Amino acid sequence: MLFGFPIIQIVLFGFALTNELKNANIVVVDNAKDLASQQIIDKLQGSKFFNVQKEIMTPSAIDAAFKEGKIKLAVVFPVNFNTDLLHLNKASIQVIADASDPNTAQTLTNYITSIVSDYQAQLSPTAQIPYTIHPEVRMLYNPDLKGAPNFVPGVMAMVLLLVCVMMTSVSIVREKEMGTMEILLVSPVKPLMVIVAKAIPYLVLSIVNLCVILLLSVYALNVPVKGSLILLLGESTLLIITALALGLLISTITSSQQSAMFASMLGMMLPTMLLSGYLFPIENMPFVLQVISNIVPARWYYVIVKAIMLKGLGFSFIWKETLVLASMAVFFTALSLRNFKIRLE
Amino acid sequence: MSETVIKTNKLTKRFGDFVAVDEITFEVHKGEIFGFLGANGAGKTTAMRMLCGLSTPTSGEATVAGYDVFKQPEEIKKNIGYMSQKFSLYEDLTVKENIEFYGGIYGLTNKEIKEKSTELIDKLGLHNEAKKLVSSLPLGWKQKLSFSVAIVHQPKIVFLDEPTGGVDPYMRRQFWDLIYEGADKGITIFVTTHYLDEAEYCNRVSIMVDGKIEALDSPAGLRKTYEATTIDEVFYKLARKAKRSE
Repeated sequence: MLFGFPIIQIVLFGFALTNELKNANIVVVDNAKDLASQQIIDKLQGSKFFNVQKEIMTPSAIDAAFKEGKIKLAVVFPVNFNTDLLHLNKASIQVIADASDPNTAQTLTNYITSIVSDYQAQLSPTAQIPYTIHPEVRMLYNPDLKGAPNFVPGVMAMVLLLVCVMMTSVSIVREKEMGTMEILLVSPVKPLMVIVAKAIPYLVLSIVNLCVILLLSVYALNVPVKGSLILLLGESTLLIITALALGLLISTITSSQQSAMFASMLGMMLPTMLLSGYLFPIENMPFVLQVISNIVPARWYYVIVKAIMLKGLGFSFIWKETLVLASMAVFFTALSLRNFKIRLE
Repeated sequence: MSETVIKTNKLTKRFGDFVAVDEITFEVHKGEIFGFLGANGAGKTTAMRMLCGLSTPTSGEATVAGYDVFKQPEEIKKNIGYMSQKFSLYEDLTVKENIEFYGGIYGLTNKEIKEKSTELIDKLGLHNEAKKLVSSLPLGWKQKLSFSVAIVHQPKIVFLDEPTGGVDPYMRRQFWDLIYEGADKGITIFVTTHYLDEAEYCNRVSIMVDGKIEALDSPAGLRKTYEATTIDEVFYKLARKAKRSE
C-alpha cells in the first residue's frame, strides 16, 4: 500500500490528469459552405484538440446539445461568410462555449481563436487591406466565467461523500473496537435497525451541510440555483444514501477506526477529487481512467448538480445519471447488508 | 432436579481445519451458577458465542432457554443477557443513559426503564455518579454496572465472559455478591473465568481443554475425583494435558 501509493500518484498526475484538452467534442455549423469556412474547418479538424462533428443545426438544436452535455463548444459560420470576408474584408463567426466548466470553455475558445487568427494571417499577405475574422464568443450558463459555479457542485459532492462515508464507517467500526457491537448483536435489536440508527444522524447532518453550502453559494457567491431546488435536494439525498452505503461497506471490511479512516480517504477522497470531472476534465483522461471514473458516484452527481444549478435543467435531462446513482445506492446497500456480520465469527 | 435451561449435544465449531469447540455435551439447570473454565484458547469464548447466537455452530445440537440455536437465535436473544470480555458499556454516555439505552434495546417500556434505572442506581449506590460519564468510573464499578445492565430486562440466563478480568479481589467479592443475588432471583448464570478461586463460588464447574470438556462436576466433586485440595490443582492436572497453546 505504502509503496503503491506514490507510484499511482505519479502515474496519475504525470500522464492521466492534465488540464490540457484533447479531443473535445465540438460541433461546427457551416451555414456558409464556402471556401473560407471549409478551410477553417479543415484546420479545426486537423487539430488534435478537437473532435469535430459537422452538422447543420438550428439554434435550438445547438442549445439542446449543450444541455445534454454532448458538446463543449459550437462554431457557427454565417451564411455569407466568404463573401463578407472577400468584399468587406471583415467577417465574424460565432463561438458558443459551455462555460459551466469555465476552464475548459476558456481553453477551447482560446484554441479556436488562435486557429482562426492563424488562418487570417495566412490570407493577409496577399491582400492589400488585412482580413479580419472576428469570433463572437458567447459563454453559456456562466457568462462571466466565474470560478464559483464550477467549484460549488464539486465541493457539494466532496463534502457529502466525505462526511457520510468517513463518519459512517468510523462510527460502526468504533462499536466493533469498543466491544459494544457484540452487545448490540446479542440483543434482540435487528442488525438492520443498528445500521439505520447509525446512518440517520449522518443523513441529517449531511442535509444540514448541504443547505449551508447552498445558502452560502446563493447569497455569498452569487451562484444561483437555476433549476428546481426540490430536485436538487432529492438528488443530493440519493448521493448521501449511496455514500452511507459505501461507508457501511467500508466498516464491514475494516476492523479499526484508523483503517476505516484510511480506506475512506484513499477510497473516496482521491477518486472524488481526481475522477469526478471537478478538477480535471474526464474526456482528457486515458481510456482506462475514464472507465474507472464511471464507478465514482461523485462523477454522476457532479453532472447532475451542474445541470440543475447552472443550466436550470429538469429531471428529463438527468434521468440517466440519476439512474446510475440510484443503482449504485441499491448495489452498495445490498452488498454491505450482505457483508454486515449478523453473527460474529 | 430442576428445569434444564441450556442443553448441548456434541456441539462443535470448526474454523477451517481448526476445531475450536469439539463435541461438547452438557446441561445447565435453572438458577444455577455454572462456571466455564479453561486455558486461553481452550474454546470457552467460542462455545459461549454459539450459545448466545453470535456464532453459528458447525454441527451438533443446542437449546438455550428452550430455543434452538440454529433455528431460533432471535428468540434466544430476547431471553439472555450478555456481558463481554471487553468492557461493554458506552464510555461516552452517562451511567443513567447507559441503563436507559440497554433498557431500550431490550424493548422495555419507558416506565419500566425509569423504574429500573432508579432501582439500579439505588442498589449500586451511584447517586452521585448517575449523571457522570461512564469513563470516569473505576473499573470495578463499571463491571458491576455492566452486570446490572446485562440483567436489566430480567433474562432467564446471563452469560458472563470473564467478567472480573483486571478487578481487585475486594471488588471481585462484591461482584460475586451481585451474581449470587441474580441467581437467587432465578437467573441462571453462565460464567467463564480465569480466576480459579472463583470456581469455588460456582455450583458446578466445567473445565475445557483443547475444545473438549474434560471435567464437569461440583467444585467439591472435582476436588475429590482428582484428589486435589483446590480447583487450582485440578485445573493444573487437566491443563497439563493440553496440546495447543494460544
